[in-house]
Amino acid sequence: MSMRTEPVTVNIGPHHPSTHGVFRLRVTFDGEVIVDVEPVFGYLHRGTEKLAEERTYVQFVTLTDRMDYVASMTNNQGFVLAVEKLAGITPSPRGVWLRMIAAELQRIASHLVGMGFFLQDLGAFATPLMYAMRERERILDLFEMLCGARITNSYMRPGGVFMDAPEDFWPAVNRFLDEMPGYVDEYESLISGNEIVLSRTKGVARVELDALINASISGPMLRAAGLAWDLRKKHPYEFYDRVEFDVPLAQESDNWARYIVRIQEMRESVKIVRQCVQQIEPGPIRPKEVPFLVRPPAGEVYSSIEGPKGELGYYIVSDGSIAPYRCKVRAPSYINLTLLKDMLVGWRVADMIVTFGSIDINMGEVDR
Amino acid sequence: MTSSFLDNAFFRNIYCNLASSDSARCAGGGPFGDGLFPPGWEWFAFLVTAFLTVFVVINGALLGVNAYIWGERRLIGRIQGRPGPNRWGPFGLLTPVADLIKILTKEDIVPAAADRLLFFLAPFLIVVPVLLVFAVVPFGSSSWVADLNIGLLYVLAVLSVESFAPVMAGWGSQNRYAMFGALRAVALLVSYEIPMVLSLLGVLMIAGSLSLVDVVHAQSVPFILVQPLGFLVFFIGTVAEIQRAPFDLAEAESELVGGYHTDYSGIRWGLFQAGEFLATIAGAAIIVTVFLGGWRGPDFLPSHAWFFIKLTGVLVVMTWIRGTLPRLRIDQVTSFAWKGLLPLAALNVVLSALLSLIWPAPTNGELWIMVAINMTVAAAALIVLGQFGPKAGERPTPAPVSTLREATPGGGN
Repeated sequence: MSMRTEPVTVNIGPHHPSTHGVFRLRVTFDGEVIVDVEPVFGYLHRGTEKLAEERTYVQFVTLTDRMDYVASMTNNQGFVLAVEKLAGITPSPRGVWLRMIAAELQRIASHLVGMGFFLQDLGAFATPLMYAMRERERILDLFEMLCGARITNSYMRPGGVFMDAPEDFWPAVNRFLDEMPGYVDEYESLISGNEIVLSRTKGVARVELDALINASISGPMLRAAGLAWDLRKKHPYEFYDRVEFDVPLAQESDNWARYIVRIQEMRESVKIVRQCVQQIEPGPIRPKEVPFLVRPPAGEVYSSIEGPKGELGYYIVSDGSIAPYRCKVRAPSYINLTLLKDMLVGWRVADMIVTFGSIDINMGEVDR
Repeated sequence: MTSSFLDNAFFRNIYCNLASSDSARCAGGGPFGDGLFPPGWEWFAFLVTAFLTVFVVINGALLGVNAYIWGERRLIGRIQGRPGPNRWGPFGLLTPVADLIKILTKEDIVPAAADRLLFFLAPFLIVVPVLLVFAVVPFGSSSWVADLNIGLLYVLAVLSVESFAPVMAGWGSQNRYAMFGALRAVALLVSYEIPMVLSLLGVLMIAGSLSLVDVVHAQSVPFILVQPLGFLVFFIGTVAEIQRAPFDLAEAESELVGGYHTDYSGIRWGLFQAGEFLATIAGAAIIVTVFLGGWRGPDFLPSHAWFFIKLTGVLVVMTWIRGTLPRLRIDQVTSFAWKGLLPLAALNVVLSALLSLIWPAPTNGELWIMVAINMTVAAAALIVLGQFGPKAGERPTPAPVSTLREATPGGGN
């Protein structure tokens, strides 16, 4: 007996519990199986790149916060490094160490959010998410000590940071570093051996390494496919050549690999912060000679850092004025979505949501 | 005379005070006076008492839902490292009341395209069958609404009526998320009903009766020990039947927004929630009755207390599972039922049949021998199944995209 069936098109989003913001997917299903995916985005477009042309270099730092709003510190860092490269500013060492501490703490926080929502998408009743939020709260408290803000930090400036860490910060960060590996163990004991998590994620949404490279995908997604591509190692910026850390790799390139790479990266970030805390020395946080109104010479620069989600690049064209002539952001979330269709076709509704979580996007960054 | 709610001293007292002329039922009781109704009106007294009993049981069940909602939210809060609701009333005990008031005051939205009859009927169809289950549950050594001689069959029949509700809700809503949820619910319920029924056969063979009261009386050794495989299959089956985590994929919030009740709001949505919690309590009550010895327990506590202690224990375990485990995928859920639970249940049936051929009316000592044999076989079966059981699925080959593209002009919800 054959039954006449036809595929059905469903709009997932823009208002959906699992689209991590206002993201829309037009998905064609054959029963539960996905046959076509068409991502539609732009619902959160705020014209950040255009706004940059109307603002001074320091003013634009506050707008970078609003792009990837779960990783503001690394956004700051990427932009500030690009401006320094463009204007030829040498940052003061203490400022650089503070930026590294902030950026690595931010990487942990971002991976916590990524892991928490990944598990939430898997259907866990918010328990791993709550665990992740608990530790993220500790990190946000540390940020509050550093700069007074928790989410939109605007902490960094060309040449360093705008405020030195208070005395209380150092014992607090040391306490956090001592406890964080235990917390990561806790997540692993809850999640990593779980039969349901394994059967839901292993082998799901696998992509070939070649396809990833061709789509210029970066970050944990690329490292989950076995390529040791980490800009902190390949093109060391800041003082990353003075700290020791490993680049966690996985070979499978599936949802499980992307999860486990993030878990391992949290452990590595803890190591990096600890070395930064040991190596930091007193001094100015920002060179006196760097003016508040940075006026770089005419020219252009591309500078990129290893953000929590991948290669976060800033391409700035200067006409010699106080504002950029053009500022283009290479947003990792946006580019990591490129292979979404190839990853999803053939899998089921539930896998779609989980894959989406494992890419770990942020709509603020995708739409900018 | 069949045993009914009149076995309970409290309700028999009421009945006999209403109609003391019924010498058959009120024999041996205390002085009942003249009775409120004259002789010949026993049927009316019976109806009044029956109504009172049903009133107590239904409201008790609904109160239990409130208590359970509170308890689950508190416990899940603790599991997640947060306090849980603690604002309304002492320890947040009034939170469900506040929720209910909120739900009642919400606007009742009906989608314009909805099939109104199905849409309106579905929430009731999810609550009423579960309430019917409580009719045959023995809450204490002499407390039940009715002692049906086909009690277990009745429970399974009534619970399977409940599977209409998701389909009606999903179809009636005219919403694609709801339709997905409905289809998943049907696949789930159809798959798990079979191992569930099979897993009860072993119990029936040993107890020799379908009546839940007789099943409890037969448990001088709790059947969780005598029927470990049966318990395992029935417990997992129950969790799946009532669609709680990790089998909550019919209303999977992260995938289908709300599943089959996506389009419901206000008190209709509340009925779906109440139905889910009622089903959880009913399922736990059946587990307690059939496998954990029901109201039986050492004498220092009354039988009702034992029943509620065991019920709470099962509910806590279910909540714990919900707070820990992620959701399964639909193909994994169904293959787990057909390739995992069904062979286990079938093995259990064969084994129980053999054992009850050897010991048709087992004494206490023979029950313990059965425990030893069944436990060994259960452990062996689980190890074997772990080796050859269902594994994570491979990527299915989809139809070519180009043809499907042409088949769906336009699209959108």
